[in-house]
Amino acid sequence: MSTLNFLVRRIIYSVFVLLGLSIVIFVIARIMPGDPARMAVGARAPQWVVDRIREQMHLNEPLPVQYGYWLRDALRGDFGLSLVTQRPVTSDIREFFPASLELVLFSGFLSAVGGIGLGVLSARYKDTWIDNIVRLFSYAGVVTPSYIFAILFVLLLGWALKWFPIIGRLSEEVTAPPVVTGLITLDALLAGQFGTFLDALRHIVLPALSLAMGAIAQEARITRSSMADNLSKDYIASARALGIPERIVMGRFLLKPSLIPTVSILGLDIAATFSVAFLVELIFNWPGLARYGMQSMMHKDLNAISAVILILGAIFVTVNIVVDIIVAWLDPRIRLSAARSA
Amino acid sequence: MTVPPLVEIKNLHVHFSVYGGQLKVLDGVNFVMRSGEKVGLVGETGCGKTTTMKAILRVLPMPPARIPQGEIYFKGRDILKMSEGELAQIRGRGISMIFQDPTAALNPVFSIGEQLEAVIRYSSDQKKPLSPQEVHQRAIASLQEVALADPERLLRSYPIQLSGGMRQRVCIGMALATGPELLIADEPGTSLDVTIQDQILRLLRKLVEEKNTSIILITHTLGIVREMTDRVYVMYAGNMVEVAATKELFASPQHPYTRGLMDAVPRLTGGGVSDGIPGRIPNYLNPPPGCRFHPRCPQAIEICRREKPPTYKLSEAHEVACFLYADNGKGTQSS
Ligand SMILES: Nc1ncnc2c1ncn2[C@@H]1O[C@H](COP(=O)(O)OP(=O)(O)OP(=O)(O)O)[C@@H](O)[C@H]1O
Ligand code: SF4
Ligand SMILES: [Mg+2]
Repeated sequence: MSTLNFLVRRIIYSVFVLLGLSIVIFVIARIMPGDPARMAVGARAPQWVVDRIREQMHLNEPLPVQYGYWLRDALRGDFGLSLVTQRPVTSDIREFFPASLELVLFSGFLSAVGGIGLGVLSARYKDTWIDNIVRLFSYAGVVTPSYIFAILFVLLLGWALKWFPIIGRLSEEVTAPPVVTGLITLDALLAGQFGTFLDALRHIVLPALSLAMGAIAQEARITRSSMADNLSKDYIASARALGIPERIVMGRFLLKPSLIPTVSILGLDIAATFSVAFLVELIFNWPGLARYGMQSMMHKDLNAISAVILILGAIFVTVNIVVDIIVAWLDPRIRLSAARSA
Repeated sequence: MTVPPLVEIKNLHVHFSVYGGQLKVLDGVNFVMRSGEKVGLVGETGCGKTTTMKAILRVLPMPPARIPQGEIYFKGRDILKMSEGELAQIRGRGISMIFQDPTAALNPVFSIGEQLEAVIRYSSDQKKPLSPQEVHQRAIASLQEVALADPERLLRSYPIQLSGGMRQRVCIGMALATGPELLIADEPGTSLDVTIQDQILRLLRKLVEEKNTSIILITHTLGIVREMTDRVYVMYAGNMVEVAATKELFASPQHPYTRGLMDAVPRLTGGGVSDGIPGRIPNYLNPPPGCRFHPRCPQAIEICRREKPPTYKLSEAHEVACFLYADNGKGTQSS
């Protein structure tokens, strides 16, 4: 009950955030130099055509009215035509988005498992060589941009050792599974094509890992330090004093409170990978949204840019809700105070 | 054949590494108690009471804590030399502890039930594990024992949902749920208002007497010591400076610090006990040489600045660590 309350409040709040974001995007799109109608029809179209398009696009109406039309279309999934591909922006996104989503989900999974795993290991073997190696990796990982890891992995694991493929989402000779979710790994499993699944998995490992490295390093650091902090808390001393075995104290009574900061930061990191995925997608020739968004920006493709930003915003908000739910599950203090003030 | 004491601490030193050096907190603590005794431990804030008790259970956070020297025996076996497995036998069923601050001692992200049931489960005989139902029943019984109403609901609650008094009761219930031979109670109820503190102490006393549990009771309030203990240790700046039967200590305190404490009693209004003695506890980074009390001692003599006073036995049960008693009894040098 209280958790449901909490959830509803978070969702309402998120809708407002997205509305705010849409207004910002709309205003920016409108104050950019250049006439959207002229851009839509091209430089050589005669003026009367442009005027007709202006009429059609409601560009002669006051701004709030224009926003109303724009929002209505956006909610229907209609962001107009892309200036570059000359196709509806929505169909472009439908094509590129699942590729990015798959990448980010895998990288998020690797960040969570790798970061928490290394952090726990480091805290467990504090001040031994294991801890030192993890800490060294953490410092390096946090300051190194993901594309450096991408290049390193391509050269070392892909090119020199040939352990992993380095281009695209599937090998050429493998046919893609029927599209259900757009996530090739998942679609392959749904279609029962295990070989295809493995091939897709092998393709996604390196780009996902490149994207995850920074977050793994960050999460390991945060987990380690919050475990170290909590280790000197009285509730740990008390659990030990009352005879609870060390492995239960560590794996349960220390781990759970220590994961709260990790999960909060992990959420931000995952949301952020969408925006930093561009270079990694480029290096691995991964047909994703980040690459599409970047290309739209280069070409001042306003419709596409608006759609991409709005989608990124929606993802950010969604990830935040998920993180809030996990944190509330981990931390009753948040859950209870949220329920009380609801 | 002599039965070994229940607990014996010999020459215990505990240091804390902090920014700027080592806090040399415990400076050769000696302590002994027999089974069935009710021992009080008094001394002003920061003198090392909690540190000594945590050392007994080996739950000091290490680092920063370090034990450069000392032995702690429980029924004749050195706790500091025990393996994790042997230690596990002692914690809970042998010795359990009520921590000073119940709010800090309860894990904020687990329900009372999750914490209490874990304690009960692991302090029962591991060769014959209890069923979850039995654990649950015992958890309910533990809460009823400390006079908490609606235990089912309480087990589902989180610490943040309880009042201070309820948290304190939960902590007492938890510490007693293991059925310990020795209970260490670190200032139970201090954070609560006086009437509730009184109820809590009454309850604790009743339970301890019913089960014939040995107890070490730490407190700032001398009235409580007088009511609840047979024998008292007085601690100052990391040393046990005097020990005597409770009656005797109140009738004829010997150590200058103990006398100061006693003088402070009438003016004791919550908080410190140092009102009767000017000055404060020394800085543990650079503690004064010789007797650690000498900067504040009204009777300090020359030797106090140079040498650490040994413990002098005034009678079978009365010992005092102060040079003023060098002629009265035979000194037993402690480090
Ligand atoms: N984890 C720690 N790190 C650094 N110093 C510590 C730590 N724990 C205790 N100390 C130091 O040890 C000294 C003794 O602390 P302790 O808690 O044992 O005192 P106490 O006698 O229990 O006092 P109180 O009556 O206030 O509870 C204090 O001066 C404190 O600064
Ligand atoms: S040894 Fe000296 S300084 Fe210490 S209490 Fe006795 S008289 Fe005072
Ligand atoms: Mg204390």
